Amino acid sequence: MTRPVLIADDEPNIVISLEFMLKREGHRVLIARNGAEALDLIRAERPALVLLDAMMPGMSGFEVCEAVRADPEIAATPILMLTAKARPPDMARGIGAGADAYVPKPFSTRDLIARVRELLG
Amino acid sequence: MRRRGLVAAVLAPGVALALWVVLGAVVFLLALGPRSAALRATWRVALQSHGMLLVLWWLIAAALAGWLVRQLYGRLVRGPERLLAATRILAAQEDAASLPEAVMTTRATRALGSEIERLVAERRELRVEMARLVDEASRSVAEQRDQLAALMDELDHAVAVCNRDGRMLLYNARMRKLAGRLAVGADRVALGRSIHAVLDPAAIGHALETVEGRIARGVPASASVAQVVTTSANGHLLRVSLAPVQQAEGERGELRGYVLLVDDVTEDQQRQARRDGALLRMTERSRAAIANLQAALEMLDYPDLSPEDRERFLSVLGDEVAQMRERLLADDAEAAHELAARWPLHDMLGSDLMAAAVRRLQATAGAPITTSPPDAELWLRIDSFGLIGALDHLARRILHLRHDPVLWLRLNRAGRHAHLDLDWVVREGIPPVDPRALSTMPDEPIDGVPGTVSVRDVIDRHGGEIWVGRNPDTGRSFFRMLLPLAAVETALAEAKPGSRPEFYDFDLFTAGHGEAVDSRPLVELSFTVFDCETTGLDPAGGDEIIQIGAVRILNTRILEGEVIDQLVDPRRLIPEAGTAIHGIRQDMVQGQPTIAEALPVFHRFAEGSVLVGHNVAFDLRFLQMKERATGLRFDHPVLDTLLLSSVLHPAEESHSLEAIAARLGVRIGGRHTALGDALATAEVFRRMIPLLARQGIVTLGQARAASDQSQFARLRY
Repeated sequence: MTRPVLIADDEPNIVISLEFMLKREGHRVLIARNGAEALDLIRAERPALVLLDAMMPGMSGFEVCEAVRADPEIAATPILMLTAKARPPDMARGIGAGADAYVPKPFSTRDLIARVRELLG
Repeated sequence: MRRRGLVAAVLAPGVALALWVVLGAVVFLLALGPRSAALRATWRVALQSHGMLLVLWWLIAAALAGWLVRQLYGRLVRGPERLLAATRILAAQEDAASLPEAVMTTRATRALGSEIERLVAERRELRVEMARLVDEASRSVAEQRDQLAALMDELDHAVAVCNRDGRMLLYNARMRKLAGRLAVGADRVALGRSIHAVLDPAAIGHALETVEGRIARGVPASASVAQVVTTSANGHLLRVSLAPVQQAEGERGELRGYVLLVDDVTEDQQRQARRDGALLRMTERSRAAIANLQAALEMLDYPDLSPEDRERFLSVLGDEVAQMRERLLADDAEAAHELAARWPLHDMLGSDLMAAAVRRLQATAGAPITTSPPDAELWLRIDSFGLIGALDHLARRILHLRHDPVLWLRLNRAGRHAHLDLDWVVREGIPPVDPRALSTMPDEPIDGVPGTVSVRDVIDRHGGEIWVGRNPDTGRSFFRMLLPLAAVETALAEAKPGSRPEFYDFDLFTAGHGEAVDSRPLVELSFTVFDCETTGLDPAGGDEIIQIGAVRILNTRILEGEVIDQLVDPRRLIPEAGTAIHGIRQDMVQGQPTIAEALPVFHRFAEGSVLVGHNVAFDLRFLQMKERATGLRFDHPVLDTLLLSSVLHPAEESHSLEAIAARLGVRIGGRHTALGDALATAEVFRRMIPLLARQGIVTLGQARAASDQSQFARLRY
């Protein structure tokens, strides 16, 4: 049983494409619609990778990331932040919050797949 | 004291005569020896029958001698004393020409008096000549000052010139208007009042420290302008520029004061924040939309797509395009304009920021702060005041969570930004702070800052970021703030030495007129001279204040423009007998404020000054009766012109306001109106200051001590 990949994003229009793409790559995909849900799924399912959107209602992606890194149980989860917040300070904050990679929107799916493979080693 | 001296002098000759006669009789009897017995017997008989004759004879002699001594005492002792007092008045006044006849009682004192008058006349001529010269010299200065005043009112900034203690020496009309807008009251802006009542003292202190730091580094004063942004209690955002004023000669030495330019940037800021927010939202939404489109398009490129999948991706495209079109039309309505004022940031040397932050945090923690030495040439573009407030807030929270941690500050260059880290080390055996508790701290409102501003808001103003970092070696959490670097090293403004405008040569910046303390000279203090009219003379028995009059004195000048003239509704009937004196009838006080409403205004007017009145104990009793009802404390230092007059002229019979005014050459207008009496008392008091100085009474403390010694100081109400 391979560990799943979690997509945490509140925009269905991007989730559709990401889900399709990851499934073609042969991953099992879980979807979270907001930060709290994402954190619960990470704790319950121990995904191999999280694609995390920074801007979500309620708990933001940055907060999810900080919470994951602060919890020793799940601190090692690889996180790829995927976000429209693309100013240098946002990038710095994402990395500061503990993201392993920070991909600003818009992105090329080919590059993204390369980054995902890299993180899944 | 004086009376006792006179009585003793008058009685002395009679007593001496009696003693002399008795002693003569004793000596005569002793000389006779044994033969005196017969004589004593004969005398006893004679004294028993006709002794009264001798006593009467002695009484007549004693009375005559007493009368003679009283005349002589008046001419030889009192006369010179009164001549001395009159001479002092003559010397202290410029308009008095001659001594009153009554004080010259002998030929010698008359001659002395005419000599004094001749000297005074000479001195007056000299003064007139001097005044003419000064007048000529100051006319050009006055012209410059008028130009300056006109210029200041033309400026579209609120301007105040203050001395080192923050007392205003000069301000323009906009400054008063601004104070009104900030809800602190335009009356807070007045000569000699403290700017700290209008602007946050911490912000001004911060700007002053920055300026002094620059000057200490050798930056010329003219290039050492500091900017701070501060908020008022009612939430207005103010941009304050502070320019130093130094000693005119040379560019070294103490700051004598500063010039403040204040702008209310609240509206700009709000407009700006809305615009920035809209712009950022638009960019981020566009990025998201394009990402969705691009991802869907790239999925459509897969050759082996099932028809349903193709349909789904095409509907994503249609949906996104429709959303983008709607947003664009909505955004058109509030299209962003050319950017105006941003949050005012200023350039600051990293080490200056660190020094200021360390000072503040040390005060907060009550313990030294560890720092890594910052890069010597790291210039930041920041709002240092807001930033230090934010650091202080985080430090407080850390100190609150863990007992006695050692706080650390680090500042390092990080590419085009700088990292400012607030780190802490807890003592052995104490668990580290839970990172989850830390991540919410930047979003809490900072206490003590008006409006709800969080640490994150402050960092956002810089276009920076804040997060909880982790030290990979130790696993410790710390706060990391990402701050912008200054774009260019600050260029120093061109300043020609000696190009300082003339108006700084005014003696405006001499030692501040600070709080009234005993050690300060009277000529430097500010006074509130006041008088109350009342329904009667018994404050404890229900009599009430019906009128308050007050005027301020600063630098021994009466500020005619700053007066209180207020009728007060006593909420009781005004006795007819009183109306005859003060002329205030029942219908005049109808609808006037009550004492509970009027007293706070007076209290604020008198803030930081010495209260002065004539027989002031009476008026003070009325004020103090109201302390509990109004919650105000009248604990100002107090001086009484009645007591001071008796200190100055103990030989005088009367110390009524009229008598003192006549002695000192003050004309009273509007006697028995509160303001009329206050103005007369103020003029009397102003003229007393140099007279007191001649008797060695210079400071407030000396004046109060001398008053306490006065024979009238025992009057209580």
